[in-house]
Amino acid sequence: MFPPSSVLSTPLPRLLSCLGALLAVAASGNICAAQDTPLISGGVGFFSQTTGGQTLLYPTIQPLLAAPVGNHLLIESRASLFEFFSEKGAGQSGYDHSHFIGLTYLQGDIAASPHVTVVLGDYLIPFNTYNDRLTPIWISNLQDGPLIANLTFTSSGSGLGGMLSGNAIERKLFSIDYNAYYSVRSGNEQFSASHGIGGRSSLHLPQQRLELGLSYNRLLQGTRENFYGAHAWWEPKDTAFRLRSEYGRGHHAHGYWVEADYRTQAFGGLDSPIGRIEPVLRFQQTFRRDNVLSDGLPAVNTQRVDFGLDYNLPHNTRILTSYARQFSATRDVNVWETGIVYRFLFPAWKGKQP
Amino acid sequence: MNRRLVLCAALLTSICAIAMRAQDSPALSAKALKRHADANSSVKEDDQGEGESIFARRCSNCHNAPEGFSPRISGTVVRHMRVRANLSQHEEEALLRFFNP
Repeated sequence: MFPPSSVLSTPLPRLLSCLGALLAVAASGNICAAQDTPLISGGVGFFSQTTGGQTLLYPTIQPLLAAPVGNHLLIESRASLFEFFSEKGAGQSGYDHSHFIGLTYLQGDIAASPHVTVVLGDYLIPFNTYNDRLTPIWISNLQDGPLIANLTFTSSGSGLGGMLSGNAIERKLFSIDYNAYYSVRSGNEQFSASHGIGGRSSLHLPQQRLELGLSYNRLLQGTRENFYGAHAWWEPKDTAFRLRSEYGRGHHAHGYWVEADYRTQAFGGLDSPIGRIEPVLRFQQTFRRDNVLSDGLPAVNTQRVDFGLDYNLPHNTRILTSYARQFSATRDVNVWETGIVYRFLFPAWKGKQP
Repeated sequence: MNRRLVLCAALLTSICAIAMRAQDSPALSAKALKRHADANSSVKEDDQGEGESIFARRCSNCHNAPEGFSPRISGTVVRHMRVRANLSQHEEEALLRFFNP
């Protein structure tokens, strides 16, 4: 959930000027067709996390802006604003605090053909599924991301350059989508990225509600390491059960996670008081193959199990609670987490009625 | 520290209030999403059902469906989802029809 350290500590005025420029571009273009008014979405939340007796409190806002320009171009961006209050250690009372602001991504999406979208700018790297699909606070079932989410990126989860994506084959029984990207190296604090290439392809089986995918990433700088990933998602029809899993492998470490969540419809549907309860279970392991630390996985073999209990309140509000036990050779810790998230979604300004 | 915490809480509350106020406008798309939530999965593969099926498989497999949004942004939502969920143009159009029955 935390943004990469390299994009933090950005002055607020610079961030606001970026978003302002984005809106200005949108306003100057041929926009505001009946249903294409720019939107502001995102989540606002307050979280607490107690790891091994140390408590961290952090209110956060993750705004997202999507602004169509003409019929083929969409400009979109997401930012993260955090304020951290961490308990002072060494027997001292009180809290230290710090704040961080950063752009998560800023990209232009060009609908080039029915099956090709060209993405230019600073984009989230589509390696496995967590980084580009599950990181927003209004989507995550648990506050912490999986351990292997940082496998390929030691500093940033985004690339700077171009990407082709889309749905290559579309049939009634199956479809195949793809992403292929190239990123340049960048040390800019807002647009930090590594030089690399990669891609992901997923097979969707709509009858079985199954998604299977493979990912590849190659760093073209430093050790020029290859990373491989695989994911499987299953959401059986007529249920509110979701099973997600990923496996990632680098030269020096590998790991996996499996997560399941469920909401029952047996007591008046999903919007009943019981149906709003959402238990979550995630199990994960990472394994280090040698002592070379060229990736983002823990330095020692680690196992972790998370038990979550979320409650989906009306008005797009969600309460997240969880307990995790993490086992490793260095130390075993308990992690207690609670939080509340409100998701917002509204037009950026008054447009024409469709 | 306490003053900062209070300021943060006030800021978050203000944003929530503004956002909830902004969502007060009638939301045609909410009807479609409500229908989806009620029937959650028994999707008919008619014109409307195709969009609903795409919504179930490619959108709400990642996130819970929002309770509704203004029809003025339904096109923008769909264009955003085209990129996030790797939709084809055909799927994008079916999803837009689902949001605007």
